Amino acid sequence: MSHIRIKGARLLDPSTGLDEVQDLDIEDGKIVKKGRDLSGSADEWVEADGKWLVPGLIDIHTHLREPGFEYKEDIASGARSAVQGGYTTVCCMANTDPVNDSPAITEFIYRRAKETALARVHVIAAATQGLRGEIMSEIAGLAGAGAVAFSDDGEVIMDAGVMRRVLEYASGVGRPVIAHCEDLNLRGPGVVHEGAHATCCGLAGSPAEAETIMVARDLELARLTGAHLHIAHVSAGRSVELIRDAKAAGVRVTAEVTPHHLYLTDEAIRGYNTHTKMAPPLRTAQDRELLWEGLIDGTLDCVATDHAPHADYEKDVEFDSAPFGIVGLETALPVVLSAVHAERISALQAIMRMSTTPAKILGLPGGTLDLGAPADLALIDPNTVWKVQARGLASRSKNSPFLDHEFQGRTVETYVGGQRVYKLEEA
Amino acid sequence: MKHLLGIETLSREEIERILETTQAMLEISQREVKRVPTLRGRTIINLFLEPSTRTRVSFEIAAKRLSADAINVSASGSSLSKAETLTDMAKNLVAMNADLLVVRDRTAGVPQMLAERVRAPVVNAGDGTHEHPTQALLDAFTIRQALGSLDGRRIAIVGDIAHSRVARSDIYAFTKLGAEVRVAGPPTMIPKGIEMMGVKPCHSMPEALDGADVVVMLRIQRERLAGALFPSVREYAATFGLGFQSLRYAKPNAIVLHPGPVNRGVEIAAEVADAEPSRILDQVTNGVAVRMAVLYLLTGNHS
Repeated sequence: MSHIRIKGARLLDPSTGLDEVQDLDIEDGKIVKKGRDLSGSADEWVEADGKWLVPGLIDIHTHLREPGFEYKEDIASGARSAVQGGYTTVCCMANTDPVNDSPAITEFIYRRAKETALARVHVIAAATQGLRGEIMSEIAGLAGAGAVAFSDDGEVIMDAGVMRRVLEYASGVGRPVIAHCEDLNLRGPGVVHEGAHATCCGLAGSPAEAETIMVARDLELARLTGAHLHIAHVSAGRSVELIRDAKAAGVRVTAEVTPHHLYLTDEAIRGYNTHTKMAPPLRTAQDRELLWEGLIDGTLDCVATDHAPHADYEKDVEFDSAPFGIVGLETALPVVLSAVHAERISALQAIMRMSTTPAKILGLPGGTLDLGAPADLALIDPNTVWKVQARGLASRSKNSPFLDHEFQGRTVETYVGGQRVYKLEEA
Repeated sequence: MKHLLGIETLSREEIERILETTQAMLEISQREVKRVPTLRGRTIINLFLEPSTRTRVSFEIAAKRLSADAINVSASGSSLSKAETLTDMAKNLVAMNADLLVVRDRTAGVPQMLAERVRAPVVNAGDGTHEHPTQALLDAFTIRQALGSLDGRRIAIVGDIAHSRVARSDIYAFTKLGAEVRVAGPPTMIPKGIEMMGVKPCHSMPEALDGADVVVMLRIQRERLAGALFPSVREYAATFGLGFQSLRYAKPNAIVLHPGPVNRGVEIAAEVADAEPSRILDQVTNGVAVRMAVLYLLTGNHS
């Protein structure tokens, strides 16, 4: 296999704290050498002055839609979207058709990923059969087939007794349970955050407490069971406080936040753009501030996209009728980079929250530039200014709230196992 | 003004221009031959995807008095029952060279969605719990007719503010025209953030009606709301219903408005609905004139 030398990039490795301009050599799919002005021959040289070379980003909350909803996305197109966004690993949720609640489906997804995906794919299997929140799925069998975590995601497990047993049982196979925290009764018909903007738009609101009540419940269940609870897409400031307190008390909890909750507020719903409709909903500027504080102090361990593709014709309908969710793999890094440019968060910490910590949470390889580690890498131009356009997105679906939005910084090359799987075409 | 999607985005001047045009239209409606050729040859489509009698008829009469051809389309007889999307259906209707689309839908935001997708002016005839701009315009016109001006007037809006498109449009119109607005109902019916719209929320009739020049009573959807937002119709009528007893908290010459249809004995006592302070039938009469004004301003060849 070829020997590639990436020259003169700023290497950012949160796993060791490395932040230095160096060369990096890839051979046999692995990182084999790092240092200033590496000498000796190489088959290929990549001039990377002014760019950042980071461990490939890792998304632990992705909807790849295959099997069953290939018109929205499939494993191949979702993985293309991932590598175009700098992601080298994605973890796909179980709400496919059929639901991924059996080892056969899990094996199918791994096989399809191996055959078609440019990125590494890991499977998050259903916590309960059919995502019905009643009877737990065959968690041990699924873990044996390679499931890295268990979640019913948006089909919230409303029965605390069932949730308790799922947490207990999953802890027995050493896997976390990922909770989408929303009390569906309190949410009611709500489609956006309950507040002044919902009131002015005449849209049914869901209060932040629909989330915080479930966060509190699940934290208590994690305390009861000692199991590892991972809280998906935290959107409310109060949830951050609850998680911070639980961590201080020794509860085994980790948490993620999405780029859109870090960037947008409920003001974006004005105009009824269905690309601002997701669950949990966009909340207030004050919530957003507390999410940033949580991400910076580590209460929120990582950024995850909740990449949720939907076809144009599904989203181009009345706001109430549109499905929840937006695509996110190709805009996540630019959103976080905007905070790096604003000096809100350091470059090293940004990459830690998008690569190193997510790997750690689910026990996945990656998130490091250590010698001998697989060469899963993203080469980032932090300064190039570009505009998000539907035709430029690799995802099969274009339901992004950032269409026509300008960002500074994007991925220019992505490597998985030493193979260049993406290179930005110059416009 | 290209469309009429809501009052929120209108300026005071735009509202006043519509109200002035309404005055002229009202005179047409009072003639023996209630028809002028102004919009002859124009096609207006009333796309009413939520059941409605009075608003639909009011728009239809308004169109006919201006000599436009008015076509009514309802949800049940439409291709929506064949799973066509609303946008496709509207595009098809406009492709038949419709000059204007009047839209009523149970979902907030639908008129705006269609306005962005079809090339014809769109009039919002009520969208979910968002806005009902022609109702607010006719309410403002009726108040002007009775009291001269809204400037400095105190207006109470009573009922299910949270689920009322009339309340939202009224609030925007009344405050833009200089009135002081209070909204009242049990806390379950007062939506979060309503203060941001420049109104004061109240939880009792004495507080809401104190010194009021105008009382707007909203229809209670008893089938939908009893048991969820209030315990019983009887308790609602006793606490927030308008009778002569509670009307005494308002100014002696206060007028009473109701967008209809009226639930007699629930939000308003029959004797008040039929008595001197009530302007309910004036509202209905003025509604046709307001809609004539809106159709004229959006389709006529004038700047």
